[in-house]
Formats: sequence, C-alpha cells, structure tokens
Amino acid sequence: MTVVVAPPREAAPTFHLVDEHEHAEGGSTMLGFWIYLMSDCLIFAILFATFGVLGGNYAAGPGPRDLFDLPLVAVNTTMLLLSSITYGFAMLSMERDRVGITQAWLAITGVFGLAFIGIELSEFAHMIHEGATPQRSAFLSSFFTLVGTHGLHVTFGLVWLTTLMVQVARHGLIQANRRRLMCLSMFWHFLDVIWIGVFTFVYLMGMLR
Amino acid sequence: MSNEIASAGSLPHGHGHTGHGHTGNEHAHGGHAHGSLQSYLIGFGLSVILTAIPFWLVMGDVLGNRETTAILITFFAAIQVVVHMIYFLHMNTRAEEGWTIMALIFTIIMVVIALTGSLWVMYHLNVNMMPVHDMSQMP
Repeated sequence: MTVVVAPPREAAPTFHLVDEHEHAEGGSTMLGFWIYLMSDCLIFAILFATFGVLGGNYAAGPGPRDLFDLPLVAVNTTMLLLSSITYGFAMLSMERDRVGITQAWLAITGVFGLAFIGIELSEFAHMIHEGATPQRSAFLSSFFTLVGTHGLHVTFGLVWLTTLMVQVARHGLIQANRRRLMCLSMFWHFLDVIWIGVFTFVYLMGMLR
Repeated sequence: MSNEIASAGSLPHGHGHTGHGHTGNEHAHGGHAHGSLQSYLIGFGLSVILTAIPFWLVMGDVLGNRETTAILITFFAAIQVVVHMIYFLHMNTRAEEGWTIMALIFTIIMVVIALTGSLWVMYHLNVNMMPVHDMSQMP
C-alpha cells in the first residue's frame, strides 16, 4: 500500500472543473432558442390579457359579430396547420439528407404561410374599409395589436424561411443550416400554438359574446 | 484487485459516452428529438379534429348555450396546445437534461399569473367602480 501524496502545485484547492469539457459549436442553440420562444410567449400572454380585458369595449362601434367571418378564419387556420405539417415533412427530408425534397417542402410551407398572411391582410383591409380601424374602439385596438403581432411573427418567419432556402441552396444541408432549420421549425410550430389561442379566444369566443 | 481492473477498464468508455452526449448534442438524446412521419401525421390528424370541433360548435350553434360552448372550446384549445407541444415541438422531460421543460413550466406559471391576475382585477374594477348614475339628479 502506497499513500499517494498530492503534488505541491495542487495545494491550493480549486472548486470548479479545471478542464472545461468540450462543447460542440451551437450545442446550446436549441435551449437558447427555446428560452427566446418562452419570452415571446410572455409577450403574447400580455397581449391576450389586454384583449381579455378590453375585448368587450366596443365604444358603440362594430363588435365581433359584425366583423368576423368565421369560414375565412377556418380557411386561415387550415393554411397555418398545413404549413406546420409541411415544415415537419421538410425536417424529415432533412434528416434523410435529401436537399431537393427539403427545399420543395420548405417552398410549400412558404406558400401556405403567404396564403395565411394574404388572407389576414385582406381581412384587415376589409375591416378598415368598413371603418373598423384600430382607433375605433378599445376592442379593435387590442384585436389589431394581438392578431397583428402574430401576423408580424409569421411574416418574419417567412423572411427567415426564404433566407434559409437560399443558404441551403448555396451550402447544402451542413450542420449550421440544420441547426438553423431546427430553430425555424420550433419558431413555426410555436406560431401555430399561438394561433390556437387566437382563433379560440378572439374569433370563436368573440362570436359567443 | 479485479474490481480495480474492471473500473479502470470501464473508465474510458464512460468518459467517451459523456463526451458523445455533449458533442453530438443535436443527434443524441441530449438534444431535440425530430419525430417521425408517423408522429407528425398523428399530430396533424389530432389537430384537424381538435380545430374542426370548436369551429363546428360555434358556427353551427350546436349546443345553444354560450357558457357550455365557451368552456368546451377552451378545453379543446388546451388539448390542442398539448398535442402541438408533443407531436410538433417534440417536447419531453428529457430534452436538454430537463431544462426545456423547466423553462416551459416557469413560462406557464408566469402566463397563468399574468392572465388570471389581469382578468380578475380588471373584472372586479369594472364591477365595483362603475359610475352610478343617479337619475333623480337629472334635470
């Protein structure tokens, strides 16, 4: 039995790992992006709360029953849901390293996203044309803020989608592009989750008021 | 003696495994799962059903009762959010060593406080501080 004596240089104790273990590049991106999404979730929570408080204040102006067109909202919801599943297919193609098919599914996702934005903008334009502007009542202010913020998110998602399609076309499905596509995947599905809240609490509940 | 050899022999393997868990984060169990075609299709099917039912309930005025309809569509929305979380966002309790679910639980607590707090306070403010019109004072 030999007693191992610590060398003199280790006399001063260290209370942390001396050797930093290896971190892959971008290894923490997914968690960081998730935390961003959670903070985005708080923004929407505040906008939902505002709408919940102000949603009944019509100021003798038009209410949800006068303005909302539920079949159109149903079509819009379908567009967003379809874009979610096609993005899922893009991710599955990415897993199999099929650049062309991934790009095709991304393009289809973009088309559905554009359709969603187009329908939403035409709905807004119709409302504003009828005099139901954001300035008309507290209900309309909170409505345009909440639904508009969601629409802006989808728009930025489309810009991001286009950028990534160019990136994939140039560099292929490299590790960095896979990571970016996975971040956008989370972003896109997250927006669909927010839309569930919008169509339930704004449109469907509005028709019940 | 043999114990020492066994532990010494398993040491490099154990180290290599943890190393793999960190470096191959995006493909190993530590990162985000991708889901399969089947899980995406299940999620999509459930979402279509859970979206169609609330629209049908409201557009067809099936129940003829606002409160019941409102509670039901809230219930369907809550289920659909969970479906999206599991099948599209691939949430589970193991991703990123549990930090994803921790962040989610924290966010849900904050959202619940913000929503119920705002609605509760403002509702009571409206009910209790509504200006009372005294008609006898009118000319």
